[in-house]
Amino acid sequence: MSDLAAHVVILGAGHAGGTAAALLRQYGHTGPITLVGAEPLPPYQRPPLSKAWLKGEADADSLALKPLEFYAEHDIDFRPSTRAVEINRGERTVRLSDGAALTYDKLILATGARAIALPIAGADLAGVMFLRTAADAELLKATIGPGKRLAVVGGGYIGLEVAASGRALGAEVVVLEREPRLLARVACETLSTFFRDYHEQHGVTFDLGADVAGFEGQDGRVTGVRLADGRIEPCDAVVVGVGAAPNDEIAAEAGLETARGVVVDLEARTSDLNIFAIGDVAHRPMPIYDRMFRMESVPNALEQAKQVASAITGRPAPAGECPWQWSDQYDLKLQIAGYAFDVDQILVRGDPAAAKFAVFHLKGDQVQSVEAINSPPEFMMGKQLILSRRPVDKARLADPSISMKEVAA
Amino acid sequence: MAKITYIEHDGTEHVVDVKPGLSVMEGAVKNNIPGIDADCGGACACATCHVYVDEAWREKTGSSSAMEESMLDFAENVEANSRLSCQIKVSDALDGLIVRMPESQH
Repeated sequence: MSDLAAHVVILGAGHAGGTAAALLRQYGHTGPITLVGAEPLPPYQRPPLSKAWLKGEADADSLALKPLEFYAEHDIDFRPSTRAVEINRGERTVRLSDGAALTYDKLILATGARAIALPIAGADLAGVMFLRTAADAELLKATIGPGKRLAVVGGGYIGLEVAASGRALGAEVVVLEREPRLLARVACETLSTFFRDYHEQHGVTFDLGADVAGFEGQDGRVTGVRLADGRIEPCDAVVVGVGAAPNDEIAAEAGLETARGVVVDLEARTSDLNIFAIGDVAHRPMPIYDRMFRMESVPNALEQAKQVASAITGRPAPAGECPWQWSDQYDLKLQIAGYAFDVDQILVRGDPAAAKFAVFHLKGDQVQSVEAINSPPEFMMGKQLILSRRPVDKARLADPSISMKEVAA
Repeated sequence: MAKITYIEHDGTEHVVDVKPGLSVMEGAVKNNIPGIDADCGGACACATCHVYVDEAWREKTGSSSAMEESMLDFAENVEANSRLSCQIKVSDALDGLIVRMPESQH
């Protein structure tokens, strides 16, 4: 059996799984494709959930990666509201939550990641929410609005996007962050300070260094967040955004190599030749940083979907890409390229006070990452510099009167 | 519905009906048309939905915003009729629109 006729089973119908199914057809795969998704919806985009969708500027149709008819038209057997419960690698079968068993030639794990829950009292109260799925977003949208007070636990990107959307919907918003600054794990101090000021100007209040100890409730519904020092932040709803963990248990139980995610190579292939893993669940190599890690981003999901579709249909592996992501809050466009590994210098180009600047993270004279606020040229050129590993002249990079094209010339 | 013709770099034509209100990028992605990657889903953050607007349609598709302009500035093989297709909103006035794709989006 040639690879093009192979039965491909995809576990997980998120951005990665949905894209892999579509790309397999685009690349000429003729064999059966089964796409198994835990949620009732066909694959959809998650980024708008915390932004346009929450604010009512996008609907289910615009969220969907493809219209529902697409799957039938392209002979993709889409099975919503279904999970895989066991992989039998010897027999090449997958057992599903509805009792069905599928036999695969190639298996793609695109099971994603799940929001990390806080193991504290009251976490099961109504009104204590996450923002991971369309159902989560629907629940949140129905809860917040004028006269409501929203507490956000976690001052990362999700937390800040929810805070901005909450303000746009007229809710009072307080952000509770355990670290002494926002975005502590993912951004430098300049950006933390900038975002804090910007959100405060839009009416968000912050409680930094806040140690959340539990949730208070009445009649089964949350009424406040209790901090370790005894204070209580009253609220009508809570969004917990403290990170995500990969759904890699089914892979580990099947004996695949895992390390904070399913370990794969640059073809997205796991330690089993017939099994691939893509998107949030994959622990993948990133040659430009000479290391492996797990990335939670749409561009990563798309890049790996291309890798796996190429591998299965016999195309050459796609060229490596520079990892990147974005965030929209208020009228700010934040674009991030690369990761700040082994950085020895941070350089700010532009003016934070004007909400137009970029922070470059350097290792020697190489750009490791750039965080660009309302600065597309810095982002676009930064991406190219990160990928090429070309040395830059730091004095010129720090001088916004010299264009990015000239800096990189 | 607006009929839009997407032409791949190798000349392959795709003619599809796109619902007014969607962007030209969304029309391509929802119809699985190769050549428009659209990594960011329409946030004007990635410049991977670059197209060349047919000369006859340049006026009707309007002009780029400053943000779009500066993203395009760093895309590859940019021409005077280059646009980011996520920034072109489909309306009945665009019925018959023709766009061509560059060789690659990276």
